[in-house]
Amino acid sequence: MNIRNEVTFASIRPKDGLTAALGKDRDVVVEEVLRSGLKGRGGAGFPTGVKWKLAAEAKAEEKYIICNADEGEPGTFKDRVILAEWADLVFEGMTIAGYAIGAKSGIIYLRGEYGYLRQALEDKLALRRTEGLLGDDVMGKKGFSFDIHIHMGCGAYVCGEESALIESLEGKRGESRNRPPFPVSEGLFGCPTVVNNVETLAWVAAIFALGPDWFKHVGTEKSSGYKLLSISGDVAHPGVYEFPMGTKISAILKAAGAERPKAAVVGGASGILVPAKDFKRAICFEDVSTGGSIIVLSEDRDFLDILENFQEFFADESCGQCTICRLGNVKLLEGIRLLKEGRCTTKHLQELCTLGSSMRAASKCGLGQASPNMFLSILQHFKGEVLGRPQADDHFVNKRKAS
Amino acid sequence: MPNSTAEKVRPVQKDRPGSKVNSLQDEIDRLTERFGTERKALIPILQEIKKRHHIISGYAMQCVADRLSISPAEVYGVVSFYSFLHEEYQGRIVIRLCRTISCDMAGKDAIARQIQNDLGIKFGETTPDGKFSLEWANCVGMCDQGPAIIVNEQVFTHVTPEKVQEIITACVKMYERTPDLFKKGNHNEHKK
Repeated sequence: MNIRNEVTFASIRPKDGLTAALGKDRDVVVEEVLRSGLKGRGGAGFPTGVKWKLAAEAKAEEKYIICNADEGEPGTFKDRVILAEWADLVFEGMTIAGYAIGAKSGIIYLRGEYGYLRQALEDKLALRRTEGLLGDDVMGKKGFSFDIHIHMGCGAYVCGEESALIESLEGKRGESRNRPPFPVSEGLFGCPTVVNNVETLAWVAAIFALGPDWFKHVGTEKSSGYKLLSISGDVAHPGVYEFPMGTKISAILKAAGAERPKAAVVGGASGILVPAKDFKRAICFEDVSTGGSIIVLSEDRDFLDILENFQEFFADESCGQCTICRLGNVKLLEGIRLLKEGRCTTKHLQELCTLGSSMRAASKCGLGQASPNMFLSILQHFKGEVLGRPQADDHFVNKRKAS
Repeated sequence: MPNSTAEKVRPVQKDRPGSKVNSLQDEIDRLTERFGTERKALIPILQEIKKRHHIISGYAMQCVADRLSISPAEVYGVVSFYSFLHEEYQGRIVIRLCRTISCDMAGKDAIARQIQNDLGIKFGETTPDGKFSLEWANCVGMCDQGPAIIVNEQVFTHVTPEKVQEIITACVKMYERTPDLFKKGNHNEHKK
């Protein structure tokens, strides 16, 4: 499974968190999540407690808890490991969330690519039902009924965005919604809905097992707790690592055995490029924020190859709803290919950068807003490396060869 | 009697023991019994049709739209949006090679060339015998063990060009051992 260091989840005894949470009043549960300082582990970093509080306060017949297991960000695989190894913690986190906001049903939106995990998850859910951990009167708690079912995704990256995910659950194309209203007031089928990442929910179970103060005291002031990181690329030991929030990138790369790193892509395709000179920066919400993806690039890598790969990804995965994202990503891809061919003028490059800034401002959802990040990031740090590439019929090269 | 014409076009068969599901329409009826006729049932129904028939034909989309009382255009919109739903026939064994960054850096190009050579098809194509389809996949979450390919719902990691033929052979064996798993279904139904 490539779990490379000690992960807190392995030491949490199942049922501990759920028992502790169900022994408290609903508003105390919300209060403790707030106090722990837990923020969304999917990357956006919205305070989980605030989300829960808003959903708990919303008046509605039906409410929903959705576990976002549509882990599609390039370079991220920690949710896969959590679901394979510690799924019970995720189920417990969902149950606690259901109790806190007054929801009766939970849905795991599992990405289609993780279809092979489904049977084991279904078996675990069935076992929990027989043990009274799901169903009517969970753990003997009168009046609290909660059940979880799994919905399979169909291979669309944009469905990791919460409102697109909700659209998909409603049987529609995964196109993100306008906000407000936010899902916490009008989400799935118009009901208050909390969408939390797999890791966030597992941390909820850990927080109730070990106490909110334990979590608060780890990490930095604004980013409490630990973070699971998925490390891949040019490293000796790729895999899942756990670090306290605020750990320096250099320390993380050292642990993973990075080979002559030139830069690290933090946060996947929609993240940023951190050049080696900035490795003293820290992984946390106030510095370099990530959903968990770190891809290490060695000195031998060509940034244009990396960029072309990311841009192909976005051109393919844009849902097509916003014109600037649908066409802008194709334009950026064409620009990268021009750069590779050594045919991009400085003026055109400038236009592409302006386009990138407009994409950030004018796209509706996170996909479009983040899609030019890597392009702009690489140009900011390594412009000299991407300009003036040799052309296929290069006059200068041919002349040198001839002589 | 306004209902009588509809009845003639679509006779409702009772699910008697031993009676065969002999048309796509009946099959979709059965799926709506299982998943319901609300809009939220659309994707699970389409996923089932895809799994059984390896295609979601225009005819199937019309039948589903009819049962869910929505426009066929809505159904088409969904089918064309998701990369795991297909309006064209796909092989019973779908090989998806991850093309995203970490697998790319780990050498997916060589794997891609070798799979194309060994299957004799390009990405996006299906072998003439209908056994294999070859597709690209965007990040499959195996970045620490790349290059990775997913065959139907099974993952192969650390793939090397010389392992490609092994994997294909294993797939053929799997296919021969459990033909039910890859049953062709009423493939011709969509041609009606």
